[in-house]
Amino acid sequence: MNRFSYLRPGDVRGAIQEIASDPAARVIAGGTNLVDLLKYDVERPTRLVDISRLPGLDAIEATPGGGLRIGALVSNSTLAYDDRVAEHYPLLAAAILAGASPQLRNAASTGGNLLQRTRCHYFYDTGTACNKRDPGSGCPARTGVNRIHAILGTSEHCIATHPSDLCVALAALEATVLVTGPDGDRVIPFDRFHRLPGDHPQHDTTLAHGEIVIAVELPAQEFASHYTYLKLRDRQSYAFALVSVAAALDLDGDRIRTARLALGGVAHKPWRDTAAEALLCGRPATADSFARAADVILAEARGYGHNDFKIGLARHAIVRALEQAAAGTPQSQTDKRIR
Amino acid sequence: MSDHAPPNAIQPITLTINGTPYTLDVAPWTTLLDLLRLDLDLTGTKKGCDHGQCGACTVLIDDVRMNACLTLAIMKDGASITTVEGLAGRDGVLHPLQDAFIEHDAFQCGYCTPGQLCSAVGLLREGHACSAAEIREHMSGNLCRCGAYPNIVAAIEQVLAGSVEQALAGPVEQALAGPVEQGAAKARKPQRAEPHEPGRAERIELGEAVR
Repeated sequence: MNRFSYLRPGDVRGAIQEIASDPAARVIAGGTNLVDLLKYDVERPTRLVDISRLPGLDAIEATPGGGLRIGALVSNSTLAYDDRVAEHYPLLAAAILAGASPQLRNAASTGGNLLQRTRCHYFYDTGTACNKRDPGSGCPARTGVNRIHAILGTSEHCIATHPSDLCVALAALEATVLVTGPDGDRVIPFDRFHRLPGDHPQHDTTLAHGEIVIAVELPAQEFASHYTYLKLRDRQSYAFALVSVAAALDLDGDRIRTARLALGGVAHKPWRDTAAEALLCGRPATADSFARAADVILAEARGYGHNDFKIGLARHAIVRALEQAAAGTPQSQTDKRIR
Repeated sequence: MSDHAPPNAIQPITLTINGTPYTLDVAPWTTLLDLLRLDLDLTGTKKGCDHGQCGACTVLIDDVRMNACLTLAIMKDGASITTVEGLAGRDGVLHPLQDAFIEHDAFQCGYCTPGQLCSAVGLLREGHACSAAEIREHMSGNLCRCGAYPNIVAAIEQVLAGSVEQALAGPVEQALAGPVEQGAAKARKPQRAEPHEPGRAERIELGEAVR
C-alpha cells in the first residue's frame, strides 16, 4: 500500500471539496473493494476521504411516489433484511444475498456496491498490461485466460465484467441514482450510471471526479410476486456470477403485461435489454416466448475462447429465470438446487 | 506517487478491544488486522488471504462480523472490537461456541478457527440462520482448507438449538460485569443436534445445476 493522508469531513459539502480539490483523492465508505485494490497497488491515492460517517445518508425511506429511497451508506446486509425491501422488492433482497459473504455485506455500502470496479484478473495483476488500469497498455485478456470475461458490449480495449449482484437487480427494477458534486445535484437513470468500455475502459461509470452517490431510488413498481434472481457460478456461495439473471414479470393471466430482464457476469455493466423486454410484452408466458427473448439478448454475444460457454449458459439461465418468475417460484438463495 | 508518509498521516484513535480501552497512534494505511497482530500482539486473529476471501481475520466490530483485513483501523475510531481472545471469560471459561467446536472436533489445523468462531458469534447475533443449510450459507465467508465444515455446522447447530441468548451473553460482558462463577458457562448440558448429513445438498445441486 502506498502512503496517503486520511480525512473525515463532517458534511457532504466538505467531503466534495476534499475530493474535488485532488485528482488523486479517493472516496472510502465500506472499503471492501478499495482496500483490496490498495493492497495490490492498483489504486495509489494521495488521500482517502472517509464518507462513512456523513450524516443523513444511512436511511431507507418511502418516497412520495410510492417508491423507496436508499441512502448511499446503508449497508448491503441492512438493505437485504429491511422489512420494506423484503416485502416490496424481494428481487433486490435476493440479489444482495446471492452476493459476497455476510462479513462483506455487513461492511459494504449501497453506494460502494455501485462504485466497485469493473474488473478481471489482469486488472488486479500490475505485472501485466491492462487498459483499465493503465490506458493504452493493451488488453491481454482478449487472447489470454478469459473464462470469467464478458460476452456482451465488449470493446477491443476491455472485456472485464461488473461483478455486482445488487446492481443487476437495480437495473431490472429501473432504479435511479442520486448524486451530488461541485456543480450540484444530478439524477442518473440506472442504465446510464455504469458504462460500456468503448475507447475509455478506465471509466466504469459516468460519475465525475468530486461527485458522490447520495442515494438510490426505487420506483413504485415492485414486481413482488413474479420475480427471480438466478445466479450461476463455480461454487454455490461466495463467488462471482459466471452468468446471473434478474427477471421480473407483471402477468395478466398467462400473458405478460410487463417484463424486466437484466444479466450479470456478462458485460462491463449490469446488462438490461429493453428490446427483449418489449418482445415479451403481450406474449404468453411460455418457454417459447422466453427462448425468443434469450435470442434477442444474445444476438450480438461473442466469446473469446474460454468464455464461449457463457453464451449457452446465459441462454439456459434466461429461459429458466423467466420460467421461475412466471411460476412465482423464485430461486432460493439458501437451497440452491435449481428447479 | 510518494511512498513517504504525508505530514498529517499518523492520527490518534481510541478502540475498545475485548473490553480494554486503548488509545493508539495509527497510520491510515494500517489495517485493523495488522494493528491487532503486529502492534497489539493479539495474534489470535489470523491472516489468511489478506484480501477478504477466506474469513480467517473475521472479528466483531460493534458486535457485527467483518473482515479485519479489509478494514482500515483509523476508520473504526471509537469502535468496540471483539476478537477470539475476547470470547472466553477472563477466568478461562469458554464461550459456548468454543465448547461446541471442541465437542464436535470442528477443526483440524485450527488456523481458520478464530475467524470461524467470531463469524459464528456474528451469525447468532444476526439471527437469519436456523437450518443446517442456512448455517452453511451464512458461514460461506469462512473457508476451512482442512474441510472441517460438517463439524463446524454441527457445532453451530448445537448452540443454535440451545439458548442463543445465553450464548450471546458472552463471557466478555460477564467478565466486565464481575467475576464469573467457575464453570458457569459450562453448566448447561448441550443438547445434541439433529442428525445431519453433511454435504448432501451440495452433491444434488451440482448434478442438477442447469438442464
